[in-house]
Amino acid sequence: MTDVLDPPVHIEHHGEGHEEHHGPTGILNWLTSTDHKVIGMSYTVTAVIMLVIGGAFAEIIRAQLASPNGTLVSLAQYNELFTMHGSVMIYLFAGPFAFGALANIIVPIQIGAPDMAFPRLNALSYWLYLTGSITMLSGFFVAGGAANFGWVGYAPLSNSLNTPGSGADLWIGGLLLTGFSAIFTGVNLCATIFYLRAPGMTMFRMPIFTWNMLVTAILILLAFPVLTAGLIMLYCDRHFGTHIFSVAGGGVPVLWQHIFWFWGHPEVYILALPFFGMVTEVIAVFSRKPVFGYKGMIFATLSIAALSLGVWAHHMFTTGVVLLPFFSIMSLLIAVPTGIKMFNWIGTMWKGQVWFSTSMLMAVGFLFTFLVGGLTGIYLASPPLDFFTHDTYFVVAHFHSIVMALVLGAMAGLFYWGPKITGYLLNERLGKAQFWFLFLGTQVFTFPLYLLGLYGMPRRVGVYPADPQWKTLNDISTAGAVMIGVSTIIFVVNIVVSWKKYPAGDNPWDAQTLEWFTTSPPPHHNFYRLPQIRSERPTWDYNHPDHRSLHHGEHDVHGVHESEEAPA
Amino acid sequence: MPTPALPPQGAPDRSRRWRRVRRAAALPLAALVLSGCTVPGFGASPGDTTSSKSVFHLWQGFSIGAVIVGGITVGLMAWAVVRYRRKGDHIPVQHQYHLPLEVFYTVMPILIVFGLFAATLVVENKETSNPKTNVTINVNAFQWGWQFTYPGSNALVYGQTTQSPVMEMPVNTNVHVNLTSTDVIHGFYVHAFNFSRYALPGVVNQFTFRAENTGTFFGQCTQLCGLYHSLMWFRVKVVSPAQYAQWLATFNNPAAAAAAAAAIKTTNEELASGVASKASYTKFGR
Repeated sequence: MTDVLDPPVHIEHHGEGHEEHHGPTGILNWLTSTDHKVIGMSYTVTAVIMLVIGGAFAEIIRAQLASPNGTLVSLAQYNELFTMHGSVMIYLFAGPFAFGALANIIVPIQIGAPDMAFPRLNALSYWLYLTGSITMLSGFFVAGGAANFGWVGYAPLSNSLNTPGSGADLWIGGLLLTGFSAIFTGVNLCATIFYLRAPGMTMFRMPIFTWNMLVTAILILLAFPVLTAGLIMLYCDRHFGTHIFSVAGGGVPVLWQHIFWFWGHPEVYILALPFFGMVTEVIAVFSRKPVFGYKGMIFATLSIAALSLGVWAHHMFTTGVVLLPFFSIMSLLIAVPTGIKMFNWIGTMWKGQVWFSTSMLMAVGFLFTFLVGGLTGIYLASPPLDFFTHDTYFVVAHFHSIVMALVLGAMAGLFYWGPKITGYLLNERLGKAQFWFLFLGTQVFTFPLYLLGLYGMPRRVGVYPADPQWKTLNDISTAGAVMIGVSTIIFVVNIVVSWKKYPAGDNPWDAQTLEWFTTSPPPHHNFYRLPQIRSERPTWDYNHPDHRSLHHGEHDVHGVHESEEAPA
Repeated sequence: MPTPALPPQGAPDRSRRWRRVRRAAALPLAALVLSGCTVPGFGASPGDTTSSKSVFHLWQGFSIGAVIVGGITVGLMAWAVVRYRRKGDHIPVQHQYHLPLEVFYTVMPILIVFGLFAATLVVENKETSNPKTNVTINVNAFQWGWQFTYPGSNALVYGQTTQSPVMEMPVNTNVHVNLTSTDVIHGFYVHAFNFSRYALPGVVNQFTFRAENTGTFFGQCTQLCGLYHSLMWFRVKVVSPAQYAQWLATFNNPAAAAAAAAAIKTTNEELASGVASKASYTKFGR
């Protein structure tokens, strides 16, 4: 056991007192910092504010649909609301929260790096994201209102003839800015993960979260430039008289859909993979076991990423102008690596010591909700079933199961890594209350929507025929949305109530990866010392030298219980 | 306790686990066989066309698969969550890999996926085939209504939003539909036919219905098309071939022909001046 009992390596810092970083503090620190943890905190706060804004839009939408002829908002306002709800949640919350907030803070620490590879580019990413968000949301304050053509902005509805007004231009501009922010973060993450790993941290010793972020970053670099190009084309169509997407000038409207979804489907995995990574870490730590099938998990992630680039037209089955069987089988095949992940998560819990902290509850909630969303996604990969359910509430329910699973995953990540970032724990009792409202609310919210879709209710309608069955189902769904809203309030209350109240210590969860080896919060360049890295669990190996991971066929020489004696 | 002499646990353990898996899988299968033809619809309905029924059966097949796979997965999850709840401070065995098991849950989904794909292909080829027919309807979608014309006759039906224009068609006959749009993208969706298709500007999408029941069915635009998308309704009225012929004949006198021609002209003018009317709608909506 000499290998893991090696003393930790101390890191030389230049200058005298290396405990202190002498720089500006307070607001000036926030404005000028290039420290990945400060930038990550800015991202976290901004993204959570976006989550609350997007959630508020959702509550208004659900209130409008609680009766068939809802009069809370006009049809025009309704179109703006669901467009901005989708845009805020996808462009301004889910992505930036995953690769801007948590990846920014956690990835460098997980691989033993002092910072991101390009700290100033990292700061630029954040400021582009913030300005992009403000740009997009400012659409509400201009004449004609915010963008109102859905978060997908299908041409020719999104051209200047059908959607005049600057709200749409602000949407395009905001999206361009946040798109560049994502691209720069992708570059930064790739460079950091490839070049700044600590000695001993080989690729197959990187934690799953870091692996998923690497694959996410590569997908960003492949997909986002396509969206950027498409948005510029759309802007040219709107203002410079080009006819790329309009039939009148010889253009092709469906081309926009191809461009959009060529970005849009990889984007689904750009959103999902980081949260898969968070949940993987949480489940392993709170089961006190290594990630089951670690390498299989990585290959599954890689094949999801590869397949995700060849499935975009499953969003376009009903256009009648795409090759159905190819996109059908490619989409169905994504179920295979996703299934592998699901069984690996269950395998990680299997015969473990599952500790139900709030974080773990959120992760288990993620598993169930993601399973529901995943199974209903398989239907949509079959063109005849897609013809039947496309653009109905069935699709809405499917992807809300998925994204609500991601919200549960985000909460698992916040409760798990929050103490590392801030140095303080959140209140567990309030956390568990939040979990039950969020988890049950999600199911109450989505299940009626599946039925509504099967009964024929289309999406993006602000009023609907006065069918009593439709009304009942909509009412149940609205009740679920209210429960989700309550869970958000509990979360905010929890932050206020637990403010600097429960000191966390360096490693409150007996966790496994490198970020738990340093202090909470970590010092300026993250580490004073590093353990020997001999597996993907350096902190665990250091704390539990007699409990290394076992391969298939290997047996634990100690049995189940702790033992001091180890054979040479 | 050290047990170095223990043989590899794989074989006996696996067969026991297999038996358990088979027993678990037998239950829903048995329930299915016992229930015979009354396979549940899982929220969907068979609909009123030949294709809608095959789509419904495909739906049932997918649902049975989803219930079995989902049931097993939720069962495993529940077992892991309940059985392996933290009981003390001891550290569990740190198993990380089990290659045969991992291969099993990689290969099984691949087989299932190819099964689903085969079933999909059969239904898809049936649904997207365009058999010969003498009944054709041209459907033209616009903001925010529908226009139905019948080549070879003067018949024309036109209506906006909740006027719900009616598309009349004969029962037990292949009806060919040519679908297009004059402005933005719309979705032609008839729930009772379990079918939708985009109406794209510049493209004529073609498909064939064969309704098996008479009746009037609700249809609606499903692709966001602007302000009055929510209200872009229509009806499909399926009647006997004799009634259909009678209905077509009502358009066959000169007065009707002139009225239809005038209506088409007005429609085209309205569509051409769509910009102006759209702007006024926008003001009204806010």
